[in-house]
This record gives sequence, C-alpha cells and structure tokens, in this order.
Amino acid sequence: MLSRNSHRALVFLTFILVAFLLTFADAASQRTSRSAALAANARLVERLGLTDLCLFTEARYTRHPSQADLHSAFQDHPIGLEHFPSGSLLPPPRSLAASYENLDRKTNRPD
Amino acid sequence: MKIWIEKQTALIDFTLASLARRKVKNFGLLLVYMLIVFLLASVMLYTSALRREAAQVLKNSPEVIVQRMVAGRHDLIPPGYLERLGRIRGVQKKEGRLWGYYYDAVVKANYTFMVPTAGAVAAGKVADGKIVVGAAVARERGLVPGNLISFRSYSGRQFSFAVADVLPHEAELVSADLLLLSEADYRAFFQIPAGHYTDIALSVANPQEVRNIAAKLAETLPDSRPILREEVLRTYESIFNWREGIVLVLLSGSILAFAIFAWEKASGLSAEEKREIGILKAIGWETGDVLKMKFWEGALISLTAFLLGYIAAYLHVFRFSAALFEPVLKGWAVLYPRFELVPAVDGFQVATLFFFTVFPYTVATIVPIWRAAITDPDAVMRS
Repeated sequence: MLSRNSHRALVFLTFILVAFLLTFADAASQRTSRSAALAANARLVERLGLTDLCLFTEARYTRHPSQADLHSAFQDHPIGLEHFPSGSLLPPPRSLAASYENLDRKTNRPD
Repeated sequence: MKIWIEKQTALIDFTLASLARRKVKNFGLLLVYMLIVFLLASVMLYTSALRREAAQVLKNSPEVIVQRMVAGRHDLIPPGYLERLGRIRGVQKKEGRLWGYYYDAVVKANYTFMVPTAGAVAAGKVADGKIVVGAAVARERGLVPGNLISFRSYSGRQFSFAVADVLPHEAELVSADLLLLSEADYRAFFQIPAGHYTDIALSVANPQEVRNIAAKLAETLPDSRPILREEVLRTYESIFNWREGIVLVLLSGSILAFAIFAWEKASGLSAEEKREIGILKAIGWETGDVLKMKFWEGALISLTAFLLGYIAAYLHVFRFSAALFEPVLKGWAVLYPRFELVPAVDGFQVATLFFFTVFPYTVATIVPIWRAAITDPDAVMRS
C-alpha cells in the first residue's frame, strides 16, 4: 500500500490535516470544559470591582492601564521618559489618546 | 478519474524524487517556512484568545469609575464627595473603593492591595488581621492558608497578617497580584483617614444613560474623571491590537528575509532545474505536466509548512501557555500570572494566514516555471 513515495506523502498530509482539524475540535471542547472557570472569573471581577487584567505588574500604569492618565508614564521628573519595557507593548488608554478635530484651518476669525 | 489520480500520484512521485535531490536546501526552506507560520500563528492565536478572554471577563467590571484629579494626577476622594454624587439622577449605587500598590522589597514585586466590597467572594474570609492573597503572590512568597506574613508599611511600621485563603489559580489572569485585606487594616497600613477613598464605583440604572451621567459628573464635580466600562473594554481591545502590531513589526524583518529567500528559491530557477525542464520537454512532457509537477512541489512544501507550523503554534499557545512569549510580556515584572488561555480560534484569521503564506509561495513557484516551460527545450537546455 505504502510502497510509493506519493502514497506516503499523501498519508502524511492527511495525518497532519486531521491533526489541524483536531485543533478546532480541541478548542471547542476546551471552551466548553472551561466555561465554568471563565464565568467564575467574570463573577470575581464583578464582585471585587476589578477593572484590569493582571498582565504587567511592573508599573501602575501597566498594571491598570484603563485607570492610568496620560502623565503617569512620564511622571518621574520633568522630561522623564517612560522606561518600563512593558510600556512599549502598551499604548495609552484609547479614550485619552484620541485627538480632537483640527480646527485651525476651519476658523473664519484669525487669532 | 482513475487515470487522472494515477497521473497525479506519478507526478507527486517525480516531484518528491526531484525534491530529494536537493534535500538540504528544500529541508531548510521547509523548516524556515514552518517557523514563520509558527510565529505568525502563535501571535494571532495568543492575541485573539487574550482579547476574547478580556472582553468576557471585564464585561462585569464597574460601569463607571470616578477618579479625582489634582494637578493632572490621580488623588484620593475626600469626604463629602460620595454624598455629592448621590444627587445625580440615574446613579443607582455608589461605592467608595480602597485599593493601592505596595512594593514588596523581599521579592522585589508589586502587589495590589484591595479592600473587597461587602458581599464580595472573599469578603467573608477577610477580617482584621486576615488577608486573602492571589495565586502568584502565594507562589512567590510560598504562602498557604494559615501562614503569617509581615509587610513594612510606608510609615515604617511592621504589620503582620494571617493568610485566610488563596484565590484560585484559574483566576490568575485577573487576580495574580491581589492582596485582599479589611478596611481597617488598609487604612492603618496606608495611613488613609476615614472618609477618604481611592476612587468611586458607580452603577447606573439605565445603561443607555451612562454617557449622560458621565457628562453630569464632569459638570457637578469638575475635578473628577469618569472612566466608563466601555472605555475599559476599548482600551483592552486597542492594547491587543497594538501588541499584535508591535510583535508583527518585530517579526517583519524575519518575514521579509523569508519572503526574499522563498522568492529566490521559488522564482529564480537554477541551471540544474532549467536543464531538468528542458530534458522533460525533450522526452515528451507537455507544458501542462511540467506546471502540474511544479504546482505539486509548491503545494506539498507550503501545505506541510502551514499545517505543521499552525499545529505547533496551537500547542505552544494553548498547551504550553505561550512559554516563548513570556520573557517579552513579563518585562521587568517579578510577578507574572500563570494562565491557560481558553482557545478562541477565528476561522477567518486562519484562512487569512493560509492565504498569505501558502498562496504566494505556490504562485511564485509556478510563474517562472511556466516561463521556462513554454520556451523551446533546446534553448532552455543550452541556456
């Protein structure tokens, strides 16, 4: 049956294709089996009133990015640049970083 | 149909024999190709699972958090502030929260100290002198329920607490560095007078009214900064987009190197390959057969690389907790949560990854072969 290289290659491809499809089945089964833990986490967040994921504990604006203000990353001294490595993985909160519409070219009255 | 299948298997046989003649080069290509798919798929699976988990877990975070700002910095809520908030219509419940950071010089880690609200999961276990700790804190300090632990407060006083409980390991993603203590202990530890709070959590009767209430807050208490739940969720959405982008930028160098390598391998035909095509045509192969053979070559390499790379990425992210990303995500932090992400595989993303990795390589293999195959065999062999 597997005397030819093409047969061996096709069997191998079928095998890894099945393994690929199994990852989707595994994902679905893990989602079902861990839905209780996820719900428990959501309850913990609700009851303790948590606001952030505990991903980076090195600085307060990386531990609670949603509670940080724009100055917190540069707070140490004037012109103090942000220096924690996680800062490069973490943008400032979106609501703070949103820029306002540029009105300077639309105004009729010169300043 | 049987003849067609027989022909294709014969072509695959020939292709495999041809690949085996340049074993090292082709195996190297397969390995690099697989590594690229592995890295791209790992980033994609990790960020998409984290994004989904953040959205699911944080959907229950407080609707509105009110902070007080002094000179652009977060300050304590003074007494009387809570009462003034009560007059805003639509606010159903308001609660002063007490939480802050503590740097533990023993293990050089930052903890989040927090007073659980009444009725919270661990509130029953937290009493004066008793604390509940997050799983990462317990791991780092080797704590189990019943142990005693001392912290030196910022005032210089030593405080001892008995560990009443450890928060479950499954909740590390949200509570790894938490330390829950009673209100009296918190106020004594940080020397925060009664009536002062870190911030205020509000719940709103009608979710449609949240934005109006935020506007009213800004009007009534001009020094306040309301943070809405939807902003928290949006912040996380943008963090993961950003992070995915950053990692992809870092990876882009290697992706470009691979693209050049693959393009060179696939499109620049070596003299040996050209001679092979010339000989095949001279002995009677049609242009279509040569193209089919090369199609199989491209398809076998790219499909194998994609499938193996993707499976490895899936196992890496969901079975080995994305161990390769840990040093990058950890930064200088000592406490790092150990969490197993719940898989969230987006079929569209997988299809996009497939399209951008398998398709270009297969096309890049076929086009130059087609150019060589339509020329005269004699000319091809002589060139």
